[in-house]
Amino acid sequence: MLKQYSFDKTAVQTFDAQTSLALKTEDLQVFYGTNHAMHDANLAFPKNQITALIGASGSGKSTYLRSLNRMNDTIATVTGKIWYHGVDINEPNVNIYEIRRHIGMVFQRPNPFAKSIRENITYALRANGVKNKTELTERIEKSLRGAALWDEVKDSLDKSALSLSGGQQQRLCIARSIAMAPDVLLLDEPCSALDPISTVKVEETLLELQKQYTIIIVTHNMQQAARISSQCAFFHLGHVMEYTPTGTMFSNPQIPVTQDYISGSFG
Amino acid sequence: MEQTNFQLKKQDTQSQEWSKRLHHATRATREDWIGRGISYLCIGVIILVVASMLWFITSKGIATFTQNHVSLWKFLSGTDWSPSQGKIGALPMIVGSFAVTFAAAIVATPFAVGTAIFMTEISPNKGRKFLQPVIELLVGIPSVVYGFIGLAVVVPFMRHLVGGSGFGIISATFVLFVMVLPTITSMTVDSLRAVPRYYKEASLALGATRWQTVSKVILRSATPGILTAVIFGMARAFGEALAVQMVIGNAAVMPKDLISAASTLTSQLTTGIGDTIDGTLPNNALWSLALILLLMSLFFNALVRVIAKRGQLKHER
Repeated sequence: MLKQYSFDKTAVQTFDAQTSLALKTEDLQVFYGTNHAMHDANLAFPKNQITALIGASGSGKSTYLRSLNRMNDTIATVTGKIWYHGVDINEPNVNIYEIRRHIGMVFQRPNPFAKSIRENITYALRANGVKNKTELTERIEKSLRGAALWDEVKDSLDKSALSLSGGQQQRLCIARSIAMAPDVLLLDEPCSALDPISTVKVEETLLELQKQYTIIIVTHNMQQAARISSQCAFFHLGHVMEYTPTGTMFSNPQIPVTQDYISGSFG
Repeated sequence: MEQTNFQLKKQDTQSQEWSKRLHHATRATREDWIGRGISYLCIGVIILVVASMLWFITSKGIATFTQNHVSLWKFLSGTDWSPSQGKIGALPMIVGSFAVTFAAAIVATPFAVGTAIFMTEISPNKGRKFLQPVIELLVGIPSVVYGFIGLAVVVPFMRHLVGGSGFGIISATFVLFVMVLPTITSMTVDSLRAVPRYYKEASLALGATRWQTVSKVILRSATPGILTAVIFGMARAFGEALAVQMVIGNAAVMPKDLISAASTLTSQLTTGIGDTIDGTLPNNALWSLALILLLMSLFFNALVRVIAKRGQLKHER
């Protein structure tokens, strides 16, 4: 028997005007047909920090994340505002391709294309009009170094990306995203298909990457959220229940539902 | 001592009873036997039919060379087809068959791929609701109907457009194009639908446009499937007899252009089969044409298998 929690009692932090924000949502709601999957999400993401979105399966955290770079466009109705550099990018007349160039995404399942390692990275660059050979070469190296994969693959850039291990594939997907030089990196449970050693590598990569990028990561793994994130948001049944600095969330949760969730006496 | 012996005896009889119980046939085991028997019988009959067809066509087909002593090279390269005078150069028909097959495939493939992309990527709902049934219907229309339409519409149109009789390779190509289009389209749709969704998402999330995603990711990973579709279409075109015979003009001469009467292996077979006597050279020569058709369809099948294998390897790593 699942415990009932009131959705009125929430603890969601806001930031003062001094904090520079990368992204902010206002009353974001998501509907899959008649199914109301996300209720009024008001979250702001400080620049160059890692924000973790935690919660049980079906709590709406992935749905929320996918809305941020408009990947939900064809499958759901998203209302509300998503502020990015002072522009509401949830407006229909916004160029979604341009948004996705600035807000990159890495998925749960490592999904490199069935092409070589090199082509996996140049694919997006070429699609965006980068044709100069030297620039391509530079950006391949830079992004692979950024994803801490360069030393492992520098001699085999023409090998198929599918010959890499799961962890390497996922770091290649990260490299592929950062090759586009985005501002924001969205990660949807990037480590759930990986073994602990690969997970550590990806986490180290993310900690390094937050110097240049704002990272928003959905994770099922609370230890992971505690290890790498600065801010943490807890989702429950399509509602944002609590959003606090990660330290606060894990040492001093503000409301009962969060407390129950992180102590494991949930439901 | 007495006691133990007695116990042993008792165990023995018990175990015998159990053995009997566990070995005797029940309704379930009998059903197994019957089922297995029926399927072996069916397989046996099919193997027998296929093997005897292969043997029959092959033995009849090579009679031209073994009994009538026509050289294989002359048969394949000769351009004069007059079996009643002992001249059996099959090259005109071979060229005709390949010409209509390739032409139909080349014309049909872009249309098929375009339609398939529309049905899977651009408008999946309309694709499923309207186009799918239409295509299934087109596959089911008998070839004589296509031929009849070709004869009544395409041939006069060509006559009007380019002059001449209107019969010829171009009319046959047009009819075959309509006939293979649904085959290629529906198989291409299947292979596009089989492309994993995460490929598409990965591409879109990188800021690639829909067109870039379709052309560089989806089409590329569906390529083995699309090639298979095209080959199946070609196999259908190569083997089609009736519709082609009705519009190609059936002149067993080397085709000089696309608008004069020509013939294919199949059309020559259907045209000539009634006029020959079993065991004579003209009859054997037709069997040789049939043998070529058989070998070609084996070749198409083998090609499909090779492509399927290659495609699989590429995906698995």
